[in-house]
Amino acid sequence: MIAAVALVIGVVVGLFVQPTAPTWLQPYLPIAVVAALDAVFGALRAHFDGIFDDKVFVVSFVSNVLVAALIVFLGDQLGVGAALSTAVTVVLGIRIFGNVAAIRRHLFRA
Amino acid sequence: MTPQQPTARRRVGATWLVAVLCGVLGFALVTSAHTNRATTGLGAARQDDLVRILDGLTGQADRLRQQADSLNAGVNRLQSGRDAAAAALADAQRQVDALGILAGTAPAYGPGVVVTISDPGHKLRSDTLLDAVEELRDAGAEALQLGTVRVVAATAFTDSGATILAAGTAVTPPYVLTAIGDAHTLNDALRIPGGVVDTVAQAGAAATIAMPGTVSVTALRSPTASRYARPVPTTAPASAG
Repeated sequence: MIAAVALVIGVVVGLFVQPTAPTWLQPYLPIAVVAALDAVFGALRAHFDGIFDDKVFVVSFVSNVLVAALIVFLGDQLGVGAALSTAVTVVLGIRIFGNVAAIRRHLFRA
Repeated sequence: MTPQQPTARRRVGATWLVAVLCGVLGFALVTSAHTNRATTGLGAARQDDLVRILDGLTGQADRLRQQADSLNAGVNRLQSGRDAAAAALADAQRQVDALGILAGTAPAYGPGVVVTISDPGHKLRSDTLLDAVEELRDAGAEALQLGTVRVVAATAFTDSGATILAAGTAVTPPYVLTAIGDAHTLNDALRIPGGVVDTVAQAGAAATIAMPGTVSVTALRSPTASRYARPVPTTAPASAG
């Protein structure tokens, strides 16, 4: 509950501050956000499964973000940044869809 | 979200950490969206995209440059055509001027002499005036006028009783003959011993020659259309022979 409120607060603060990411962060931020979203949806699913754990969430959140950023960084260094970004986005998107499907089954029994 | 457990202090801290991470996620989400919207254009583009855009722009620039070259060539072509047309027009105008002076259809001015032959006794005949005209022509006169009559190649001098007709128009003394040409040459030609001035004097008349610097031949002769002669078409000059 507190986490949901904090998410809303973060969005509101972002809307008010209207920040622009620094240039060095710009390639990584979208992927990091998608990775974090994956972690959040995973946590939501775990919550509905009754197996949510703070520590697991924090570790998965941080590691997701770091791994996503690392993959993009590596891709940029190797010259396949666009392709790897797409790949990461696709994989995370599939995972998010899977988690959302599980959450949906919990909420609507369907 | 998390049920209270014996290690509550640690649990509360973890809950706040989760909340902070969620807040950061929300902030990053908005930031990313806003950045994406703010950096429209090349700043957000990746290197591959930039290379592709650059290739496209280079090709476009090449195409436009070729287009500009062809258009410039067209401009040059039209300009040279216009210059040629202007040159032809100027040439034609020069020809018209020369022919107009020659045919007597255009007024002329320039250096020359004005010969005044006073003949109070009407002793002179037309051949004397014709001699004067011929003498002036020999000396290089380019335009001639006798009284109000433009003297050209086709102008005839005839006698009608005591009156002299030039091209059918009666001229009366004093006869004023205006000639355009080198004034000194014309003057010398008229004054040579046994020349026009002597002849006129022997006939009992007097000729005076004035060199006012610039003289005008303003009398005009209307061009006559040829009844029989036709110009040969310049497009097929050989077929006539």
